Amino acid sequence: MDMIVKLLTNFVVSGAFAVIFNVPKKNILQCCIVGMVGRLLHSSLMNHDYDTVQATLIASFSVGVISRIFAKTYKVPVIVFSISGILPLVPGGLAFEATRNFVEDNYNLGIQIAVKASMTAGAIAVGLVLSEAIMQIIKIRKKFHLNGFRK
Amino acid sequence: MDKRMNNSELGELCLLAGKIMLENGAETYRVEDTMMRIAGSFGINNPNSYVTPTGIIFSLCGTEQTKLAQISKRTTDLYKVIIVNSISRKLSTGEISAEEAYSTLRKIEKENLMYPIYVKVIAASILSGFSLIMFNGEWKDFFSAFLAGGAGFLCVSYLHRLVDIKFFTEFVAALIVGLVTHFFKYIGFGLDLSTIIVASIMPLVPGLLITNAVRDLMAGHLVSGLSKGAEAVLTAFAIGAGVAIVFSLFK
Repeated sequence: MDMIVKLLTNFVVSGAFAVIFNVPKKNILQCCIVGMVGRLLHSSLMNHDYDTVQATLIASFSVGVISRIFAKTYKVPVIVFSISGILPLVPGGLAFEATRNFVEDNYNLGIQIAVKASMTAGAIAVGLVLSEAIMQIIKIRKKFHLNGFRK
Repeated sequence: MDKRMNNSELGELCLLAGKIMLENGAETYRVEDTMMRIAGSFGINNPNSYVTPTGIIFSLCGTEQTKLAQISKRTTDLYKVIIVNSISRKLSTGEISAEEAYSTLRKIEKENLMYPIYVKVIAASILSGFSLIMFNGEWKDFFSAFLAGGAGFLCVSYLHRLVDIKFFTEFVAALIVGLVTHFFKYIGFGLDLSTIIVASIMPLVPGLLITNAVRDLMAGHLVSGLSKGAEAVLTAFAIGAGVAIVFSLFK
């Protein structure tokens, strides 16, 4: 039940991000779906005792792959879909906790949380880049494959 | 293809397409790629370009003049990016002529295709409200996050017209979010202060910048990657400072 509520809220959140970034109406639904899939992976991995960083890495990787597939089908730049999928995964809570601890003079705890937040942000970036690299490899292999057949 | 268009006009066309894309939040590599594709569709195979977040230098071939475009304001309007992308696609398949493409680009450069501001503010409010639920908040706090997020976003979109220092607008917006949330807590409307604040600053998070910065760095555009990263860090710092001030005031 909790999971379903989370997925639906993420669906709405991704759609709202798409509106803020001025994505045209016909592409908003796909943005929502991308965001929901990312959240599905993230929360189910978190439920199975994975760390935030690993869960975020896998979720952002899948968001990247799905956005690339959507971008191919709808002939739109990838960034349109990946942005609204990625943003709900941003470690806002961790960054906030870090700031609060800095203000309240708990520097040690603050640094710990800040490092964790930046690790999570890095995981998002690495996931996106990995997805792009893998899609490129698949594309090149397909080309070789076709050329081989033509010969 | 179109023989009437001379090289100088072609350079203008490429530069205009690149400028619109860069001003509206496309990645640097996509801007370069689009300009190369447009030039390539007219048979010019090795143009050179140097793209940074604040300007584009573009040179078609040997004897042509090198062109420069300055980028002074950067917003996020993915609709324009989509339009320019489809124009470059149509140019390379030959569906539209260069003159048509140029006039369309000129038209959308000036046009405002954004959703009206109230739609965006409502979207930001909904975004904050549902983010709260996403971050394991309680439904009782939904309404206060809804209002605080809307107030923050409204503040950013109006202050942008008055002050052109981005750092300042984001700082004030975060400050307002913090104050509104504290007010709700004071009158007994919000329970979990930190979750409400985290949810309400979601519309302000520089997510597009962070993603683009990393993407550019990995693609080898070191200059634009670093400068976009600096912009993202500065924005995040502004938001953090705004919230931190509220916290140190009402300990």
